[in-house]
Amino acid sequence: MVLNSLATLPRRMATALATFAALLGTMAALAGTPKAGEAFPNLADYSLEGAVPDLAGKVVIVDFWASWCGPCKESFPTFKELQEKYGSQGLVVVAISVDEDKGAMDMFLKKHPVPFAVMRDAKQKLAERLDLPTVPVTFILDRTGKIHQMHKSYEGDSTRKEFIAIVEKLLKP
Amino acid sequence: MKTRLFLLCLVAAPLLTGCQNVKPWQRAMLADPVMRADRDPAGQALAEHVYFSREAASGGRGVGGGGCGCN
Repeated sequence: MVLNSLATLPRRMATALATFAALLGTMAALAGTPKAGEAFPNLADYSLEGAVPDLAGKVVIVDFWASWCGPCKESFPTFKELQEKYGSQGLVVVAISVDEDKGAMDMFLKKHPVPFAVMRDAKQKLAERLDLPTVPVTFILDRTGKIHQMHKSYEGDSTRKEFIAIVEKLLKP
Repeated sequence: MKTRLFLLCLVAAPLLTGCQNVKPWQRAMLADPVMRADRDPAGQALAEHVYFSREAASGGRGVGGGGCGCN
């Protein structure tokens, strides 16, 4: 009965439904995780909590993390080391928390103070836009703001060495 | 008619689905220690005992025995 009713839907309605579905498909395809070589979204467009540091002409590490995420905690000493060692040469580390609970993030940062910029994607709009495949996930941007590499998760010293090698390569004049 | 109905169903199916993925950045609740089944050692030991007793001859989770519940 229901199916019969659906089958007799006017052609216009069926066309509208098909168009809507096609539009959804296109939007989904466009909103996927950006690949290497593509421009990273402008952080100022996403109403993130915290001040956006000056990123113009800098090599940037954008790390998405959360206070509830074990590998994120493990990765912080590496980002601290990178910021302290290469900051003067033009590296900026930006850690963007996807914590919904600001208190949890603040408590984490109190226990683990960091020398780099921390922001919070409170509404998780940027996370959705980038369709983050994991947490943590790290984007390394070149001086033009394009994604050089995206790294999923954090695997200890091997990841640390990889980050150092990439950063040193990108910082070369 | 059948083709139209098929096409309509094809378009409607993804729109009507109730499935929802938990995205990686939405897993705060799932990552909470209280979500761990083995967070309480005493409770876990009791659950293991009940499990291997009820599973009869299966031997439980890595515990040898016949399932009599007496060990």
